[in-house]
Amino acid sequence: MSNQTKLVPTPGQTVGPFYGYALPFEKDNELLAPGSPGSIRLQGTVYDGSGQPIPDAILEIWQPDADGNIVQKTGSLVRDGYTFTGWGRGAVGNSGVFTFTTVNPGPTKPVPGKPAAAPFISVAIFARGLTNRLFTRIYLPEDTEALANDPLLSSLDPERSRTLIARRDADGGLTWDVRLQGEGETVFLDFQ
Amino acid sequence: MPEETNAQLDTDESVPPAEPKAAHMPLDRAIETQADLSAEINALGEAYARALKEGSPAETQPRLDYPPYRSSILRHPTKSLHHADPETIELYSPAFGHQDVHALESDLTIQHNGEPQGERIIVAGRVLDGNGRPVAGQLVEIWQANSSGRYIHKRDQHPAPIDPNFTGIGRCITGPDGSYRFTTIKPGAYPWKNHLNAWRPAHIHFSLFGTEFTQRIITQMYFPGDQLFPLDPIYQTIVDQDARDRLVATYDHSLTEPEWALGYNWDIVLTGPKRTWTENEALGAESDEE
Repeated sequence: MSNQTKLVPTPGQTVGPFYGYALPFEKDNELLAPGSPGSIRLQGTVYDGSGQPIPDAILEIWQPDADGNIVQKTGSLVRDGYTFTGWGRGAVGNSGVFTFTTVNPGPTKPVPGKPAAAPFISVAIFARGLTNRLFTRIYLPEDTEALANDPLLSSLDPERSRTLIARRDADGGLTWDVRLQGEGETVFLDFQ
Repeated sequence: MPEETNAQLDTDESVPPAEPKAAHMPLDRAIETQADLSAEINALGEAYARALKEGSPAETQPRLDYPPYRSSILRHPTKSLHHADPETIELYSPAFGHQDVHALESDLTIQHNGEPQGERIIVAGRVLDGNGRPVAGQLVEIWQANSSGRYIHKRDQHPAPIDPNFTGIGRCITGPDGSYRFTTIKPGAYPWKNHLNAWRPAHIHFSLFGTEFTQRIITQMYFPGDQLFPLDPIYQTIVDQDARDRLVATYDHSLTEPEWALGYNWDIVLTGPKRTWTENEALGAESDEE
């Protein structure tokens, strides 16, 4: 199918500096209520090429639920407090830090005859000064065998693949930083 | 919303103080002129035209590394994007529906007690995937400056009037044919601090989802015939003229409503899809239809 593309895609443009009154919404970064059973904090900092945190980036995460199901439920923009929709949006604060309340994504249904896939969270990043959105992934650190077998991670230098693997915090949460440029630059993905 | 605009200015942003009389004065760091920037823009454009003539493929997306847009210098990846086949969650998109968006959110002129100032317009079109299939039941979000080029944002210190009857935010869910439609006010050009006397062409920010998360895009729609196009380092981050043209709406008299509003048409084409087409494809759209 993908080889039959006939229309040329519309170009992206930077999100600019003024998304802050438009894109955020109430509980945008709470895929479930903080403190609810199974919830974890996912946090990180977005850095520029000089190692400075940037105050004007906004991230979106999209992930399976804790059992590995891909959820297709509406209600992300007006959360009812009970429905896990799998999608959230979080702007960084003045110190470049973003936070989400979510669950550890479960491994999605394995392809028959293949080892269990390493669970990951899909991420889209937008920022002032970033001319087009960037895609990347956040992997959980625990299942080292699944990580070793992962098609994407195993296609990268170990040095680079590490940028996609979150650290487990003492409180059970995840920390994962974004480096847009320079040393430790995050691996960004091209799907076309 | 308008009252928030006078909130304490964050100190980490290098924007000038909100003093109308001083605001036209150049910033210290903005000593580069439009002529300097235009020379850079033109040099990059000419190099691209030569490469194209010598057989390089057309560039259909903006360059991540485009120095004339100064804020991009430290914010673009220096390594090439890593090609990956989308897997699992990436082959699906979050679902939005009428629980998420009220029908009235597509009219930006009725969000306050009075009528906003400016030229009332209708912006309508379709969201399609790369195979020309409509993207049905998906979220479209827009935001924009008011008719005098002012954003309702505390960091916007452009000394143009705030319109108490205009916030500049809209949302809608696409119809079964991928259609969207907003009623709004034509935004004004907007000055920014990239260089001395830098002005953005009038634009509306658009945020779009497809049937797969890899189709996610945020972009800007422009108005036909804007004299600022060649001068704008953001519009010019797209070096290919045909690609740039895809961001410009078309005046459409069939969308214009008598004694009411001028109509503009703008269709958006997303990348992909990559997932094999199945009956489940419209899952997101079906889950919340009336």
